[in-house]
Amino acid sequence: MRIALFVTCLADGLFPDVGRATVQLLERLGHEVVFPDRQTCCGQMHTNTGYQREALPLVRHHVETFEAYDVVVAPSGSCVGSVRHQHAMVASRAGDESLAMRAASVAERTYELSELLVDVLGVEDVGAHFPHRVTYHPTCHSLRMLRVEDKPLRLLRAVRGIDLVELPDADQCCGFGGTFSVKNADTSTAMLADKMRHVLDTGAEVVSAGDSSCLMHIGGGLSRLRSGTRTLHLAEILASTDDQPAVRS
Amino acid sequence: MSTFLGIPVYAPRGVGQLRTEEPFPAAARKALGDAQLRRNIGHATKTIREKRLRVVSEVPDWEELRVAGQQIKAATMARLDEHLERLEREVTARGGVVHWARDANEANTIVTRLVQATGETEVVKVKSMVTQEIGLNEALETAGITAYETDLAELIVQLAGDKPSHILVPAIHRNRAEIREIFLREMGRYGLPAPPDLTDDPRELAMAARAHLRRKFLTAKVGISGANFGVSDTGTLVVVESEGNGRMCLTLPETLITVMGIEKVVPTWRDLEVFLQLLPRSSTGERMNPYTSTWTGVTASDGPQSFHLVLLDNGRTAALADEVGREVLHCIKCSACMNVCPVYERTGGHAYGSVYPGPIGAVLSPQLTGVEDNASLPYASSLCGACFDACPVRIDIPALLVHLRAKHVEERRSASRVPTAEAVTMAAASWVMADPKRFAAAEKASRAGRLLARGTGRIRSLPPPLSAWTSSRDLPAPPAETFREWWARTRGPAR
Repeated sequence: MRIALFVTCLADGLFPDVGRATVQLLERLGHEVVFPDRQTCCGQMHTNTGYQREALPLVRHHVETFEAYDVVVAPSGSCVGSVRHQHAMVASRAGDESLAMRAASVAERTYELSELLVDVLGVEDVGAHFPHRVTYHPTCHSLRMLRVEDKPLRLLRAVRGIDLVELPDADQCCGFGGTFSVKNADTSTAMLADKMRHVLDTGAEVVSAGDSSCLMHIGGGLSRLRSGTRTLHLAEILASTDDQPAVRS
Repeated sequence: MSTFLGIPVYAPRGVGQLRTEEPFPAAARKALGDAQLRRNIGHATKTIREKRLRVVSEVPDWEELRVAGQQIKAATMARLDEHLERLEREVTARGGVVHWARDANEANTIVTRLVQATGETEVVKVKSMVTQEIGLNEALETAGITAYETDLAELIVQLAGDKPSHILVPAIHRNRAEIREIFLREMGRYGLPAPPDLTDDPRELAMAARAHLRRKFLTAKVGISGANFGVSDTGTLVVVESEGNGRMCLTLPETLITVMGIEKVVPTWRDLEVFLQLLPRSSTGERMNPYTSTWTGVTASDGPQSFHLVLLDNGRTAALADEVGREVLHCIKCSACMNVCPVYERTGGHAYGSVYPGPIGAVLSPQLTGVEDNASLPYASSLCGACFDACPVRIDIPALLVHLRAKHVEERRSASRVPTAEAVTMAAASWVMADPKRFAAAEKASRAGRLLARGTGRIRSLPPPLSAWTSSRDLPAPPAETFREWWARTRGPAR
């Protein structure tokens, strides 16, 4: 299958390993990955902070960039949530109904990584090898906007060598929330503290998730505490093999 | 398109309790530092959360019930005027008197005059959110009338001179030891004192409150209540409660005055049936609440012989005028969204300023007062979506929060020609990100951030506003190579 990668601005600029892992994983499974290089950002930060007027050009640009492709994948529940649940709304509120229809059409063809693997490509065992103790944070937008349910966990359970441990209160938000983490930094940190406590309680070496943004938050807190637990995106674990183990450069 | 006539009236300033005294982040900061409060609320919300999950999961058609609740509310709001006039006709035909109050001040004046007409100086109250919203107790006090709260938790709050922090369990921020102290210290000042050997055993605490309240019930000539529902078809008012103290107030006094927000109307008893299933499981986590009181006008020689219904707007019509925001009026005040909210669980209710805290408060209060007066509330959420999943009438609270943020930004934009620093940043980010060349250039430029990491890969300190991030979290240094650079290097020219 020919799959267009929407790498997301955060992975592009700050976590390129996540994009690379997504490409390697899909190619290993025998698919063709293309990278439409005009892509930038879905505009979620603007929309969720109240700047819908500023989000509009980003929505238009995203639709123009991706409408030529049949299948689009992003290694982010949050960005896919924005494409699926906000793009048409932003266009529609700005009075551009034709853009709203085009955005809805792109949204129908856009999948979060675990959705693409399990629902579209019909695979749970991706042939990965990752001999480490891992706990998984399901992320709010994957859980409650996209309803990916246990797809990421099904993928992880099939990884050879993995010691997957359950995260207590897993469905609780890590406190990131985009600009919430800055506007309400104290409350955000209080939420993060509980998330980190649960992560550390599992004794995991690695905390994984399907969103670089949540991982940036959890990882930022764990790093500040010198906790010794590292973060890896779901894609990085699934891309990991005997020959090419996941490493963060 | 419907024609909108007139300017929507927001809830007035200077009366009642709908506005934040300080912005949410500052108020939250204080609450976060209160270890006792964190523990009390964390424990209480977890308990109710688990109870709710248990009783909801045993209803096979719960999702269908939620959809029914949502649709009944939407259909009712679309013809709210007709339903309210029907309610007025039916209540009047059955011996009640209906009053219309545009806002908190009008409602307080109406109720004060009604009490004064009875010659009484004391009233007993059923737990009600709406009378707290309008500051009725304070208004009555100004007129020399004492209002006694009779709900156990409201009694605790009132005796302590405190404010409620949750709409269902207003004393959720208090534990047993604190309640014992409040009873011992305060009860004697308002009536029967607490027994001097009172312990913090829940049963003993409840018995002390029972004895204290019983005297009030037996002497009060006027009762004041809110309403969970008003069935327009028959003019019937409904109050749902756990303790039976509400029923005492609704049946023993000679005069009953009910204040009801106009959004509480339901057309028929068949509609009511849906909400009576949704409400108790969502609020207290019970299959059925112990007491459901219904009354229709006046019944000769049974219960209050004088009944007044005050229908309150106080910003509700303004909310109704907002095609997106009006969904907030579907709320049945169950408080499920508070109990699942990770923000509420850590800050408690007082940080929200308004009597309506938590996720629903963050979308309701700004719509009743105008966003400008509660501008920090729509941002008091990480948009995690737990509230939507818990809402028994499927109010899309995260979408409403985003909508109100947009409303706030637009209002600020039209209020001043000088943009805020945030607006400038957002506009610049939009300009950069709408163009791939500018975006790639910005990524390259951000690589300078690698210097801040001093070779550690981690940035530990940034200037404001990003210092709010680095105050508790590191930030990864930008990588040596972005994804798109890697792609271009390894896969050649794209596409």
